[in-house]
Amino acid sequence: MRTPPAFASMPRSVQRVMRLVLPVIVFAIGLIVWEQVVRRRGIPPYVLPSPSVIILTLINDWAVLSQSLAATLLTTLEGFVAASVGGIALALLFNQSKWVEYSLFPYAIVLQVTPVIAIAPLLLIYLEQQTAVVVCAFIVAFFPVLSNTTLGLNSVDRNLAGLFQLYGASKPQTLRFLKLPAALPYILGGLRIAGGLSLIGAVVAEIAAGTAGAGSGLAYRIAESGYRLNIPRMFAALLLLSLAGIVIYGVLAVVSHLVLRRWHESALGKEN
Amino acid sequence: MSSGKTSPAADAGLTHLAVSLRGVTKTYDNGVMALGPFDLTVRKGEFISLLGPSGCGKSTVLRLIAELSAPSSGIVRVAHREGVVQPGHGIGFVFQEPTLMPWTSVRENVRLPLRLAGVPKAEARGRADAALASVGLADFADAFPRELSGGMKMRVSLARALVTEPDILLMDEPFAALDEITRFRLNNDLLALWRSLGKTVIFVTHSVFESVYLSQRVVVMTARPGRIQADIRIETVEPRGEAFRTSTAYGDYCRRVSDALAPSYSGQSLL
Repeated sequence: MRTPPAFASMPRSVQRVMRLVLPVIVFAIGLIVWEQVVRRRGIPPYVLPSPSVIILTLINDWAVLSQSLAATLLTTLEGFVAASVGGIALALLFNQSKWVEYSLFPYAIVLQVTPVIAIAPLLLIYLEQQTAVVVCAFIVAFFPVLSNTTLGLNSVDRNLAGLFQLYGASKPQTLRFLKLPAALPYILGGLRIAGGLSLIGAVVAEIAAGTAGAGSGLAYRIAESGYRLNIPRMFAALLLLSLAGIVIYGVLAVVSHLVLRRWHESALGKEN
Repeated sequence: MSSGKTSPAADAGLTHLAVSLRGVTKTYDNGVMALGPFDLTVRKGEFISLLGPSGCGKSTVLRLIAELSAPSSGIVRVAHREGVVQPGHGIGFVFQEPTLMPWTSVRENVRLPLRLAGVPKAEARGRADAALASVGLADFADAFPRELSGGMKMRVSLARALVTEPDILLMDEPFAALDEITRFRLNNDLLALWRSLGKTVIFVTHSVFESVYLSQRVVVMTARPGRIQADIRIETVEPRGEAFRTSTAYGDYCRRVSDALAPSYSGQSLL
């Protein structure tokens, strides 16, 4: 062979392993370079901590950080559940009545396009801090659920709709057996976006609440550590936030795959 | 034997008629007159084909019979079985596409009409399996639609139409998207089913050969608005089989039907 084998021509199993291994290698190289630069140049940890210091901080401060992680995850979860339930319920309502849709949809867009960081201080004035943080997470996350569910409910196959009509299906039957299953891939796509966004919403609200609040979330730890020049802890908290985001995305992706794997194109292998 | 021609006198309270359309027209919202005036009577147990160019209102006729749309004027009457109150329950509809729900199994797809009608699950499952067996798909009840070939999907669609044990089967170009070999096989299977179940079949097609092979009557329609151009009775030795497909009688009927269809494609161009 004169030309090197293209990635696409490798066996599937090799491709699969490579897709996992390559990012890990890049990550490892990045860490090594980082560590070496910090050590050789003698950069103090309050300017840029080395990866090993960050890991040590993570271990030593675990008691504080784990509590903050739990607080942020709880907020995120509450915001996510509120956004999912609210978004789907609102989309169903819109689907049942055009009047409701016309009346309310503009406000959903207003909520979506107004930066949440600008709303958060107001919410913190009027609501209890914990509630305000959850509401922020909700505001950021509910719109993709709403718009995706609406899109899904409107994407029902016309012939299938005719079939349901032919067999005299009632409105609830049509919703349960036709519209919701047809919208499911769209809903799951919306939830996947909402998962990451509710974390962002929670973090934004915690930052806005800042030191004024009695907050204990990871974003609050980052702000607090910033004031105290405890840079390694800032990095450790940031690391935990990233990991939380990845786990949330991963869980939702797996759920989506498991639900859709038997029928939807998005979850099928290429050989089908 | 009574005349197969549509005759106004045949409206004897629908006792032996399955479907009767009288002076039916259909004008769409955009002002296009799709159909009519159109008169058609179909006797119980009859197999008729509606044949015509695209846009001649064939599908509109089926939708009117199925009460999926209402006529702009005229009367559509469909014989309902006694005790069947809800519209559509005496009617099975097979669309041009298989129109299956991709998210559930073949059995659940076939069970759908019964589920919507509130038939108990155990009974519905049994009937769905029986319907699948009648189209030769007993072994595929647990498969998902995407795992089946085009012909098999169409069979599932047929099984679903049969599961309510309708008196009338409406078929809207059901085999148009299939290859010829699959289509011939499904034609034969459909004829066998029709002979054994004795249902009224109204079959829409744009294939001259298919219409002559399958039906007792071929109703040739003109385009825009759809009217009846000719009503040709196909008489041959029953049961039909592959021998009929190659006989001279078959060729003669095909020529007659084609001639009746000729004004549609020699006339003004619709494209």
